[in-house]
Amino acid sequence: MQTYVLPAIYAVIVILALPLLAGCVLIAERQFRAYLQGRGNSEAVKPGLWEPITEVTKLLMEEDAIPSKADPVVLWAAPVVSLMVVLLAFSVMPIGPAFHLADPNIGLLFIFGIGSLAVHGVVLGGWASNTQNSMTSALGAAAQLIVYGAVTILGVLSALLLSGSLSMKEIAQAQLERGQWFIFYVPVGFAAYFLGSLRITTSASFDSASPGNESDKAFISAYRGFRRCLYLLAGYMNVILVACIATTVFLGGWLRPLAGYRDRFPGTSVELLDVLPAMVMMGAGIYFFWRARRLTVNIRRTGGFLVAGLCVVAAALLLGVLFTSEGFMQGVHGAFWFVLKACAYIYFVFWFRFEFLPAHRDMLSRLEWRMLIPVALVNLITAAVAILTSQDTGLPMRLTTLLATAATLGVAWWLFKNPPEELAAMRAGGE
Amino acid sequence: MLNTLFFYFLSAIAVGSAILMVTRRNIAHAAIFLVTALLATAGIFLQLQSEFLFIVQVFLYAGGIMVLFVFAIMLLHLEPAGGLPKFSRPQIVAVTLTLVLGAQILYAVFVGRSSLRLPALQGNISPQNTEAVGDALFHQFIVPFEIASVLLLVAMIGAAVMAKRRV
Repeated sequence: MQTYVLPAIYAVIVILALPLLAGCVLIAERQFRAYLQGRGNSEAVKPGLWEPITEVTKLLMEEDAIPSKADPVVLWAAPVVSLMVVLLAFSVMPIGPAFHLADPNIGLLFIFGIGSLAVHGVVLGGWASNTQNSMTSALGAAAQLIVYGAVTILGVLSALLLSGSLSMKEIAQAQLERGQWFIFYVPVGFAAYFLGSLRITTSASFDSASPGNESDKAFISAYRGFRRCLYLLAGYMNVILVACIATTVFLGGWLRPLAGYRDRFPGTSVELLDVLPAMVMMGAGIYFFWRARRLTVNIRRTGGFLVAGLCVVAAALLLGVLFTSEGFMQGVHGAFWFVLKACAYIYFVFWFRFEFLPAHRDMLSRLEWRMLIPVALVNLITAAVAILTSQDTGLPMRLTTLLATAATLGVAWWLFKNPPEELAAMRAGGE
Repeated sequence: MLNTLFFYFLSAIAVGSAILMVTRRNIAHAAIFLVTALLATAGIFLQLQSEFLFIVQVFLYAGGIMVLFVFAIMLLHLEPAGGLPKFSRPQIVAVTLTLVLGAQILYAVFVGRSSLRLPALQGNISPQNTEAVGDALFHQFIVPFEIASVLLLVAMIGAAVMAKRRV
């Protein structure tokens, strides 16, 4: 019975927590975009914390209209497929060394395998709506999902060469044994993953960034109310999922920075660097305190002080767990680092997305086929050669992977400088 | 107990959706039921602790080939107006053939029922079956594997060339 009870509890926690986190991602996206674009946040909702609640309430109060020629059953099932796929992928995600639902031998393969089913959610949603616009948009979106899925997998493969295992826990552990996070060994693989995942995560948004009938999101145009909510929720959870994968595979998972450095405080069993999480939280608390003092609106001021206080409490807790059992401490600190890294990744995804204007679909396809896939393939080969060379000759892997990265970047530069004829003509024509 | 329950649950889904798949008149619905059947079969693989087979089934069949099917269905409008015809000559032939084949299989099972016992499951199945498959592919069966890869590559290039010529 034990084998079922604990995972079941974890599963309930994951299922309940993820939609809330998706709401947080929505707030962060809105606020950050408003900041980057140099304007205030939307005037309708203040403070911004209410945004997910108002958005979802607005959607839920809509009339549940179904297009007259739609296929009702498939229309109902397609968003559920999209949501299920993301939730299932989280079942193998280790958030810290202690918190994971399952750790199968096929971990990463499981995530990508289940993720390949997401195409069905998109295509069936577009088909079931039975309108031209939804259908064509769904096919376009599905095609993009497939090609960008290929890029992300090619990027991750180069890290898998280093880990030698598909299990998510062992991938994180391998980065401890290799002494460095995999992003430093295969930066080009990480870049390919980043660019690929960027495209996947933009597939759902409340306000479509691209013009209506050309939009990749138009496949949900026939969806109203709760079902639309499900699609959007799946989209935001996808952002979290992509960040979690990147954290585990490239950014060392739950390992703290300098995980190999294990000096201890004299006379105790507490490692020197284990105070880092508490210091980070303390620094955040001080920063929020400083910001809150300068605010003028009363409610914001109070809120700012509240956040600062919470940060200090969290810092105290993170310091406090140092004096509990070793396993508990590892679990809490591991979760802290994991969440911090995932948040940082999401931050960079948003940054990149808002910094560059949304490109048209054919431009993205060109980038994908002409640039990303060839470079990712070359990176895979050079990484494999680098690892084998280091194993055979005893050269430090840092050196060989550095050379491999340089070679890959050289190929990328050559590809960029020598475009096929029609592309060169396009560039010259100023299109 | 729970294992048996899961097994019957998955088998019921697999068989049920397989039947639904061949009886639906809407071709897109048939494709959806085929996906369901494939996924249920994958679930049974997972229950037998062959995770690699499970994920390959999900990845290649449900995620890869079925997406191609769905694309083809939706792009080519294979669907005749009002769904497939209910009753036609080829179907009579098909039903006859199916019945004959079913009778053959049942007869074979009946004749060989004493030798159908599989050897008992070994206590510890290696959890590393992904590595085992990889090892077998790249050491023992490297030549057939490479030939199959080249064949697939040739097919892919051929398809691209043929498609290009028509455009």
